[in-house]
Amino acid sequence: MSAPLVEVRDVNFAYDSRPILKGINMSFHKGKLIAIMGGSGCGKTTLFRLIGGAIKPTRGEVRIDGQVMHELDQQGLYDMRRKMGVLFQFGALFTDMSVFDNVAFQMREHTDLPEEVIRDLVMMKLHAVGLRGTHDLMPAELSGGMARRVALARTVALDPMLILYDEPFAGLDPISLTVVGQLIRKLNDALGATSVIVTHDVQESLKIVDYIYFVADGVIVAEGTPDEIRASDKPFVHQFVHGEMDGPVPFHYPGGDYRQDLGVAA
Amino acid sequence: MPIANSLRTIGRRSVNAVWRTGYASRFFVMTLFYSGTSFKRFRLIVKEMFSSGVMSLIIILVAGMFVGMVLGLQGYETLKRYGSESALGSLVALSLVRELGPVLAALLFASRAGSAMTAEIGLMKATEQIAAMEMMAVNPIARVVAPRFWAGVISMPLLAAMFSAMGVFGGYVVGVVVIGVDEGSFWSQMQASVDFQHDVLNGVIKSFVFGLAVTAIALFEGYDAPPTAEGVSGATTRTVVQSSLAILMLDFILTAFMFQGA
Repeated sequence: MSAPLVEVRDVNFAYDSRPILKGINMSFHKGKLIAIMGGSGCGKTTLFRLIGGAIKPTRGEVRIDGQVMHELDQQGLYDMRRKMGVLFQFGALFTDMSVFDNVAFQMREHTDLPEEVIRDLVMMKLHAVGLRGTHDLMPAELSGGMARRVALARTVALDPMLILYDEPFAGLDPISLTVVGQLIRKLNDALGATSVIVTHDVQESLKIVDYIYFVADGVIVAEGTPDEIRASDKPFVHQFVHGEMDGPVPFHYPGGDYRQDLGVAA
Repeated sequence: MPIANSLRTIGRRSVNAVWRTGYASRFFVMTLFYSGTSFKRFRLIVKEMFSSGVMSLIIILVAGMFVGMVLGLQGYETLKRYGSESALGSLVALSLVRELGPVLAALLFASRAGSAMTAEIGLMKATEQIAAMEMMAVNPIARVVAPRFWAGVISMPLLAAMFSAMGVFGGYVVGVVVIGVDEGSFWSQMQASVDFQHDVLNGVIKSFVFGLAVTAIALFEGYDAPPTAEGVSGATTRTVVQSSLAILMLDFILTAFMFQGA
């Protein structure tokens, strides 16, 4: 197998003295769709930001296309980000621009393409996500699912080699959720890109991804293909995949003796 | 240990204040550093001038008109005691061009456009639009902040000039049309007493400095706002309060230098 496009090597990260990630190792190969899963506050968004170069690890490194992200200067980081696409949790569309201008934004900023070519490219991107007819609308006129699809079109505007998705399924109705999931898969395959989805939506992710990492308390607790994950007998994975109330992630927040709290202790 | 706690609080606040001053200074320098891009794409500045300048026109013109009318009434009442009603034109024009035009226009600009800039950038931050721009390899200081900064700086003197012009017209309406001061002496006294360099140019310089201060404060507060509804509302309030105080303080300093003994 060829060298991975993204390598996360022994990455540690802490806010002040509070450790968030502890010795994370991952590798993402070209053309693959990978999910990073875990409960709220497990450190997956921190990992997402580390891969995007928004923050630096306290130890270890994230290497993309052979380059160590935290060693890049601002220009180097920007050059790298031009090859990346990022979809934020709620799309992060520019609210003062139309759908068309949102998708055209990177083309206008980073290329000297004539406006007629940009128009054709934007229409093609919007057509790919099924929203060519919305190009004149403003983001406020779109539903949540439509806004996410427009953001998806904007994310792939410059045909990136690496696409990062931060909770792409959050807050979507079942139809939009399936549409967005299928689009993520199809766009990744069409572009030959590598995609990383940070999510806690197990069922949708298992349908579309090639490989999954489970993160809990800052470490990888399980990893594997969707079939391996479904068949896993690891208690954490089992609880997460089946959405069980109690297990390694306890229902009760740690507290004192219940009888004592009720004032009935002997 | 109440004393230790008080000292700790004072220390923490002092460190925060120094840190924030440093951050604000760096932000301002970065804004100037990335301004070249804005001037190369001047349409970005023009677009922001529409939001901050043109959209402030109504409040500036209406306020200018009323301030001029009040000046006409009050000025006439005072000047009449000394038999100098004919100097009404000078009084209205000098008051507006030297002081009221730049200061009141800047205060209105801070409330109308400054607060809008802070809220807009704060919300862009809260909805991850600024972060998205960063991830698209587009520098938000160059693309979002610098065009708004120069739009504010350019708009402010123009708005102050329009405020003063409208104020003079208001003074004319009340003094000449309503009260009946001689029209010829109203305009000729004004023409004789208002010096372009000493009065008009100094007023323009004042409004330029106020524009710098208001826009820099508004943009910094928006950019530094915590990404929550409460954070953005607090930042908007701080913009109006700090800008207003900065305008009045700078006005005193500038006036002391410009019109000392004049």
